[in-house]
Amino acid sequence: MIRTNLLRIIKTGFQNFWRNSWLSAATISIIVLTLFVMTSLLLLNVITQSVVADLENKVDVSAYFNSESPENDILAIRQDLIKLSEVKSVEYVSKEEALKQFKERHKDNQTLLQSLDELDDNPLQASLNIKAQSAAQFETIAGFLEQSKYASLVDKVNYHQNREVIERVSNLASNIGRGGIIASLVLALMAIFITFNTVRLTMYNWKDEISVMRLVGASNWYIRGPFVVEGVIYGILAAMATLIILYPALYFVSPKITSFLPEVDLLYFFEVNIGQILMLLVGVGAVLGSLSSFIAIRRYLRV
Amino acid sequence: MIYFENVSKIYNCNGSSDPCVALDSINLRIRPQEFISLAGPSGAGKSTLLKLLIGEEKPTEGKVMLDNQNLNLVSLKHLPEIRRKIGMVFQDFRLLANRTAYENVAFAMEAAGDSNKEIGQDVPQVLDVVGLADKRDYFPHQLSGGEKQRVAIARALVHRPSVILADEPTGNLDLLNTWDIIKLLLKINELGTTIILATHDRDIINNLSRRVITLDKGKLIRDEQKGRYIL
Repeated sequence: MIRTNLLRIIKTGFQNFWRNSWLSAATISIIVLTLFVMTSLLLLNVITQSVVADLENKVDVSAYFNSESPENDILAIRQDLIKLSEVKSVEYVSKEEALKQFKERHKDNQTLLQSLDELDDNPLQASLNIKAQSAAQFETIAGFLEQSKYASLVDKVNYHQNREVIERVSNLASNIGRGGIIASLVLALMAIFITFNTVRLTMYNWKDEISVMRLVGASNWYIRGPFVVEGVIYGILAAMATLIILYPALYFVSPKITSFLPEVDLLYFFEVNIGQILMLLVGVGAVLGSLSSFIAIRRYLRV
Repeated sequence: MIYFENVSKIYNCNGSSDPCVALDSINLRIRPQEFISLAGPSGAGKSTLLKLLIGEEKPTEGKVMLDNQNLNLVSLKHLPEIRRKIGMVFQDFRLLANRTAYENVAFAMEAAGDSNKEIGQDVPQVLDVVGLADKRDYFPHQLSGGEKQRVAIARALVHRPSVILADEPTGNLDLLNTWDIIKLLLKINELGTTIILATHDRDIINNLSRRVITLDKGKLIRDEQKGRYIL
């Protein structure tokens, strides 16, 4: 009997869906809107995160060493730095390396190169270029390098010159993160309320039918079941519709974003994660549709 | 067997300090296979009496018994089981708009968990009894008032209930259809089902010459075998 009832509930759910195709279409379009907003927020997060990560990557701290500091000591400091949890990577640039880079960078400026050749000695300093896990940690790293035991070796740490830029980037990163979460929550909540209200209006339309079902002896579950099934169908179709709209949209928009922010490729992200995105959309859509029906129908079942 | 024992129903009227008395100390006993007309003007309490029987309302005082079961004590969850023992017919038909005549009748059986085989046998049979075998695939909006009411009667009948309650079943019908419906109810009564017919139609009651219970302003004022409509 349970099996028969379950089959009947599912069948009725599909039947209601078809016979009220206009109402179904309207509800689905609202859920599509919700899912579209949610996916857009997700993609926006991908953009901001990679922009922030890129900015953080560009910021580093360099420690310059006195000309007479032996290379071995510098490499020892490098080993010490790598052991710190805040440090992501440390690159050693020797005096010769620094000279080569300098000449490369200024190869168009003949005057500068000539005056460099005038000198007998290499005027450039060996340095360590340090990247931190996040911009907020440079303070600690700079403090580590300024310990007295390194004082004879280290000439200067350029953190203090870059300090303002670094702080700004680190503030920006955390603000974008926090603001993004709040904006996402607010927008998602709005979308959920709109969906819920749409489903509630649909249910209002059904309230007389529901009372008739009660009066001819249907149990609450038997009445509610088809509506929940319908909600799940809404969710699945809405998820697929969202993907179908999103794909061509990204196809056109993504190259434009990439030309602004070379490190962001939304289309690639979308294609790689399409399975997970689909599952997320179907899940959110189905839960939204069925839960809204479930809650909205409750008040009409007390007959 | 149906008993009403000292039953009162008082509604809370919005905005008024006086309570609205719909039923006032009703005592009533209805034997199986009776055909009873419930007479009285609008607002006399006829519908409230029927609502108490299907558990749509609970009495403020007293108790309503159906087949030795006290309806006051039945929870919302177990009401469907009671309602499968009672067939209900309404003035406004109350059919499911997006289901065909056949599906409307089948719904009552499906909801009760009857097997597809039983449904396949019983529904055509009942539609045949009410004379709608050829319109089984019509939707309610494609049927006339009389036909809709016959679908509703078929739906009430399909559980083989011991009682059918009909609340002004002819209120929305013309004269010809009215008599078709009354004859149908009489036929069902002859086959052994108790019928309680609430109506304010003088002609119906006078022509039936069956037991008549008259209500006025919530009070039972007359109970006669072979009664007439007198107010």
